[in-house]
Order: sequence, then C-alpha cells, then structure tokens
Amino acid sequence: MLILSRKLNESIIIGDDIEISVVDIKGDQVKIGINAPKTVKVFRKEVYDAIQEENKAAARSSIDTIPSLDDMLKK
Amino acid sequence: MELETKPFGKIEIKDRQKIKFPKGILGFEHITEYALLNAKQWPFYWLQAVDVPDLAFILIDPKIFMPEYTVDVDENDYREVFPEHAETENMLIFAIVTIPEDQKKMSANLQGPVIINREKRIGKQFISTNPDWKTRHYILDELSDKGGK
Repeated sequence: MLILSRKLNESIIIGDDIEISVVDIKGDQVKIGINAPKTVKVFRKEVYDAIQEENKAAARSSIDTIPSLDDMLKK
Repeated sequence: MELETKPFGKIEIKDRQKIKFPKGILGFEHITEYALLNAKQWPFYWLQAVDVPDLAFILIDPKIFMPEYTVDVDENDYREVFPEHAETENMLIFAIVTIPEDQKKMSANLQGPVIINREKRIGKQFISTNPDWKTRHYILDELSDKGGK
C-alpha cells in the first residue's frame, strides 16, 4: 500500500479527476473531502463490509423448510 | 437446460431464467452466472448460482413488506444493468433474505438491493445511498407493525 503523509488542507490527486483532501483533524478523527466525477462511487468501507457480511449470512440461511409468509402471519 | 440447485436438487430451467451478474454479488465476486427460480412458497424467489449448486440466495420483492421502498440509486449507476436508460417496465428489484435458525427473525437487506434487467438478463447488487435502508429489516416485524396501524 502506498502511504503518504498529509497536513491539514493538503491533498492527493488520484488519476486525472479525483482529489482527496484533509479538511479537518480533531483528536483521532480526520475529515476527508473527496472531489470525484459522479460516476465514481464513494462509500464508507463499513457499508461495503456490512453488505458482504449480510450476503454471507444470507447464503447460510436455514432453508430446510422455507416458511411461507402467509402461514407465518396466520396466528 | 438441467441445473443442480440448492433448494430443489436437479431441475430443468429455461434459458431466459439465466441472469448474468458481471460483478457477482458482494463477497461472491467471482461467481457471475445465476438462475432466477420461483420458490415454492410465496413471496420468495431463488437466485441460484449456475456453477455452484450449494450457493443460492433467497430473494423477496421489498415492496411486499416495505411499500415505501425506493432503491435510491442514481441514473448513472444503472448503466451497468441498463446501458441506455433505466426502463422501469424491465426492472426487477429484489432484496436478499437471511433466514436464521429462528425463522421468525428472517430479515431482508434493503441497503444492498439486487436489480435485474429482465429483458437483457443482467443483474447487479447496488448499494443504496438512503441511510434509512439497512442490511437487516425484520420482515415479520415490518408486516405486523403495518397490520396494526
């Protein structure tokens, strides 16, 4: 992994049209500004990880008998 | 063609049931060929991996328990599935369902909707930008809340 040191208000350019800058530093939190074309998707990694984890859990679903919602809603 | 499936064993499927996921499903990126099957129980469907009999996801139409659901994906993002423009008449929207041992706790992932272009038979798992949608919405809770209102 490439590791660069940056100070407040300094930035990094990736490719031709992505700019990442350090907007604020407070204690252990860093605020990052991202300038990128609309087609580039930016997500917090936790969101990605959560969906991956949920997909894995979904693939392990207990399916010996999938209930029918109709039956489950009948009291 | 004949297909070995997780829920039904060996079954016959039609070519039009085959859906290509060029980027796979998150966490299963290398598996790109799926078949869409009806489950025996309403309102579920199966997304069965063509080459991996043991891998299949249960799908549900999220509107069944969350009528206000919108995917919140912008027009640009659709391009991989709808190269020209997003035609709603050919768009199938599903949420992947997780069924734990206690089946009453079954949940649907509304943050990572699966969108299929049924005409071109291409699909993709999207990431919704709407913070209201989480990876676990408990289907029965949602339905009984609504029934009570």
